Amino acid sequence: MKENSPDEPAKTGKIDSSTKPPSQLSRRTFLGNIATVGMATTAAPLLQVGELDAQQVHQPTTDVAEAPTSAGTAPVSLKINGQTKNLQIEPRVTLLDALRENLGLFGTKKGCDHGQCGACTVHVNGRRVNSCLTFAIMHQGDEITTVEGLAKNGELHPVQAAFLEHDAFQCGYCTSGQIMSAVALLKEPCGKDDDAIRECMSGNICRCGAYTNIVAAVRSVRGGA
Amino acid sequence: MYDFQYTKANDVSQAVSSVAPTGAKFVAGGTTLVDLMKLDVERPKMLVDINGLPLDRVEPEGDGGLKIGAMVRNSDLAHDEQVQRRYPVLSQALLSGASPQLRNMATTGGNLLQRTRCYYFRDVNYACNKRNPGSGCSAMNGYNRIHAVLGTSQHCIATHPSDMAVAMMALGATIFVTGPKGNRSIPITKFYLLPGTTPEHENVLGAGEIITHVTLPPPAQNAKSHYLKRRDRASYEFALASAAVIVELDGRKIRKAQVAMGGVGTIPWRAPEAEQELAGAQATDRNFRRAAEEALRGAKGRQDNTFKIELAKRTLVRALQTVTQA
Repeated sequence: MKENSPDEPAKTGKIDSSTKPPSQLSRRTFLGNIATVGMATTAAPLLQVGELDAQQVHQPTTDVAEAPTSAGTAPVSLKINGQTKNLQIEPRVTLLDALRENLGLFGTKKGCDHGQCGACTVHVNGRRVNSCLTFAIMHQGDEITTVEGLAKNGELHPVQAAFLEHDAFQCGYCTSGQIMSAVALLKEPCGKDDDAIRECMSGNICRCGAYTNIVAAVRSVRGGA
Repeated sequence: MYDFQYTKANDVSQAVSSVAPTGAKFVAGGTTLVDLMKLDVERPKMLVDINGLPLDRVEPEGDGGLKIGAMVRNSDLAHDEQVQRRYPVLSQALLSGASPQLRNMATTGGNLLQRTRCYYFRDVNYACNKRNPGSGCSAMNGYNRIHAVLGTSQHCIATHPSDMAVAMMALGATIFVTGPKGNRSIPITKFYLLPGTTPEHENVLGAGEIITHVTLPPPAQNAKSHYLKRRDRASYEFALASAAVIVELDGRKIRKAQVAMGGVGTIPWRAPEAEQELAGAQATDRNFRRAAEEALRGAKGRQDNTFKIELAKRTLVRALQTVTQA
């Protein structure tokens, strides 16, 4: 469920690490390799993004034909999960794309890319937001937390543990967004009952329909289990 | 998405001067603008980031009213103690809109300037007089279930999507702006423009003008208020019909009523005819229904949205029943 950012291999949740193959081969790298080998002659440059190393900052290439105006790139400094990251990116790069494409933090998901599904939910200065509807350049100096930053000292955040405990997902694609919303909810004015949990979690859509267990997980962390 | 220049403003005068070049726009929460930029509906050449402006406070006014900074986030305004206690209709309207994430981003000024959810406005492959003046209206004979029944014209039937603005319309808010020609204040009832022949002009803001704050008049003694929203699902959906009501009761007699409707108008819809019907009347279902008939008297339905006329009437009746309950 939880993917570790490539530059933070030490931050592996206990349950997560026990299920990982001994080789430390991640699902993403594995799939990326298969795809690259299988289609090397046709689509290798696209698919090699699966092997993206966070250390090497990915520069989006600008196709002149597709860009009517070129404002160029700008230096952008972001504080993500307590670490300062320096990027050279165009102003039109959303916070979501900066996290995924430039910093290799794939835990934050791109669902609808229009603020309708909540898969991209991250915390900015402790508040949950849709990272697809804001530009990275607007967040210099902000404290950004992604799902990769929740676990502390190898221990899952209680919400992460509750999602495992209550089987609060099926395919898992919406899960990091659900978890980021649930963590934020704990500090927000949200009523006590399940209806209130549903309302406060309504910005996160689950295509698999795991809502019953998501509500159970959130309820258990709030002490109402 | 088309590329753009980016600059950040640190104070209001810097924001106003920065937005002067043609094609420049302010960006605050971004929840409307960034969405529409991804659809190529909006193509600003420059964005002026106003998130650093010191307009993020909710303060009491000397006259007992409330001053709300343009950068106050929807979630902060909804949960503000004074708003919850003295202007519950505004808190309820805010909390009925969007999601917790979006409310953390969206601002008071931005919410007032929210763009329509009309499918044809949001898709550049269709004709839209609002997006591309003179190109026609694909909604007129298209799928128009979510479209407006009040304030429409032959050129546009797009619904104004805001809940917050409907509550502010009922409350009689005043919008304060600053621009190249100085400061001015605009009653919210004079702020929005009906589509008429120029649906691309949605409000009276001039070039380079920025909303700095909104004021609410002091609530009347014994006034009660309520916001009721009807939609296709229980949460996180735009209104098919909504009603913001503020009623002053004297026993069971209505001394004064302020009524606005959402989800049915091309602008947040104040309903003075309903207010006149209610003033001095007894708080009875029959009188509520008469007021609702007055509010929707000029409504025009099209093939898919005629149901909204009856839905809006019932929504208003229910809101009035709720607010006048002992």
